Amino acid sequence: MDWTVWLEWFVKGLILCLILLTGFAYLTLYERRALARIQTRVGPNRVGPQGLLQPVAEAVKLIFKEELTPAKVYKVVFILAPVLTVVPSLIIAAVIPLGTSFNLFGRTVTLYVADLNVGVLYLTSIASIAVYGIVLAGWSSNNKYAMLGGIRSSAQMISYELSLGLCFVIAIIMGNSMNLNEIVNAQKDMWFAVIQPAGALVFMIVTLAEVNRAPFDMPEAEQELTAGYHAEYSGMKFALFFMAEYQKMIVISMIAATLFFGGYREFWFLKDTIFSVDRFWFLGPIYLLLKVVVLLFFMIWIRATWPRIRYDRLMAFGWKVLLPLSLVLAFVTAVGILLAQELNSPLIIWGIPAVSIACVLAAVAFIYRDLRRKSHGRV
Amino acid sequence: MGVFDPIIELSKGLGETLRSFLTEKTVTYQYPEEKRPVRPRFRGRHVLKRYDNGLEKCIGCSLCAAACPADAIFVEASENTDEKRFSPGERYASTYEINMLRCIYCGFCEDACPTEAVVLGDNYELSFTDRRDAIYNKEMLLEPVPTEQMLTPRKVEPGVFKRSVPAMQDPTD
Repeated sequence: MDWTVWLEWFVKGLILCLILLTGFAYLTLYERRALARIQTRVGPNRVGPQGLLQPVAEAVKLIFKEELTPAKVYKVVFILAPVLTVVPSLIIAAVIPLGTSFNLFGRTVTLYVADLNVGVLYLTSIASIAVYGIVLAGWSSNNKYAMLGGIRSSAQMISYELSLGLCFVIAIIMGNSMNLNEIVNAQKDMWFAVIQPAGALVFMIVTLAEVNRAPFDMPEAEQELTAGYHAEYSGMKFALFFMAEYQKMIVISMIAATLFFGGYREFWFLKDTIFSVDRFWFLGPIYLLLKVVVLLFFMIWIRATWPRIRYDRLMAFGWKVLLPLSLVLAFVTAVGILLAQELNSPLIIWGIPAVSIACVLAAVAFIYRDLRRKSHGRV
Repeated sequence: MGVFDPIIELSKGLGETLRSFLTEKTVTYQYPEEKRPVRPRFRGRHVLKRYDNGLEKCIGCSLCAAACPADAIFVEASENTDEKRFSPGERYASTYEINMLRCIYCGFCEDACPTEAVVLGDNYELSFTDRRDAIYNKEMLLEPVPTEQMLTPRKVEPGVFKRSVPAMQDPTD
């Protein structure tokens, strides 16, 4: 193979890593500023203009902080665990297309690191590797809080991964491909979030649980578990967990944008105007960034609003509500698309959102009945 | 209670936080630049007051030191002369020290003072990097004077400042 191909891959991989690292740094600032604003505070605004250098200050602090390794930890695993958590959160972004392609020195440079034909499968597999780092960190710390955090985390992530996989299936059915590029291009005429809003909603709820964000931040649950799986970590090792968590947030928002919100593509009604990515390649990354920022704001907003739910209810919600619901949604999507193809009438597609929203409402009614029965039973 | 109450309640919560995000003003004071005014009877760092003519109010009676529950005040008195007058009356405080690490800002010294010389001011920005720096001496506590002529000690006409404690007045605040 030509050496320039290797060079291109190397440079693209490096740039992607740098994007994620800077993204992580500024996501922490973004979250703190937005949360502060919601709570009528100002947030960090001292270091640099509007606090823009705060992440740099934090990084310096964390690097120079003393690192403690407790005496009775399993050292090898203890040191390996943060790495095992960070690496998947970085490499998972490899298949996400950031834009179309442009010409540089006579070669066509595509804006993704890898064009995998089973991209969605890659996403699911890497997403499930991430849990190892957390459970190993909890176990090797030789601390009961950390252990509980790790166990909770693995149980939660495994439970919600089922629904996550089914949401991937919804996108695969609608895009008729497992290649993320083709999924994005299939959303040229209509975002999948419009055809399957319930699927997008379930996907976003599930991703909250996948990245351990409020209201599903059970593994960390400060009040009950001190800090959960990373209770014994300090200094840069702690920073790696922190980094992994925020990078996962970014990446999962990118995945959500790619699967349901048109990825790097413009709004479907702008497809033939000058705002289209087919006209200017550089609009692709900008659109994706905007979508990611909006989706991240949802995560922050939810963190500022809702309290953490109880652990048994979290599991019950995952297994009794989200799993059946996402199964039904996948079924509805498949049937809708099949009917539209067989009967040759594209209008049937619009039955999908109607039926799936009805399914979600039925699920809500089910939750309501269940909660009511419980509260009456207690009296 | 409707069936869709879970959704309604959750969205109400989201709406409330979004409203606060978009409309509410922040309550933060940007401290070193923007300081919150203290209350009228706030008890901050002590100030040794002067009369309008520039003479020190403190007469070195040590009543503040006696009243201090934390034993933070140390006073040493010396004799005034009309050649070198610090305060009206016989004596003045030649040493006046307050250990700010011992002080509990109770204000008993203020109450004990017969001449209203020691007053708890509104300065709360006390910080030291050394324990010795925590002991504030007379120069640091004494109120500054507006003009050179009002500095103490100074030469005064003999026989004018005989009374060390001024005539009593009703408190104004």
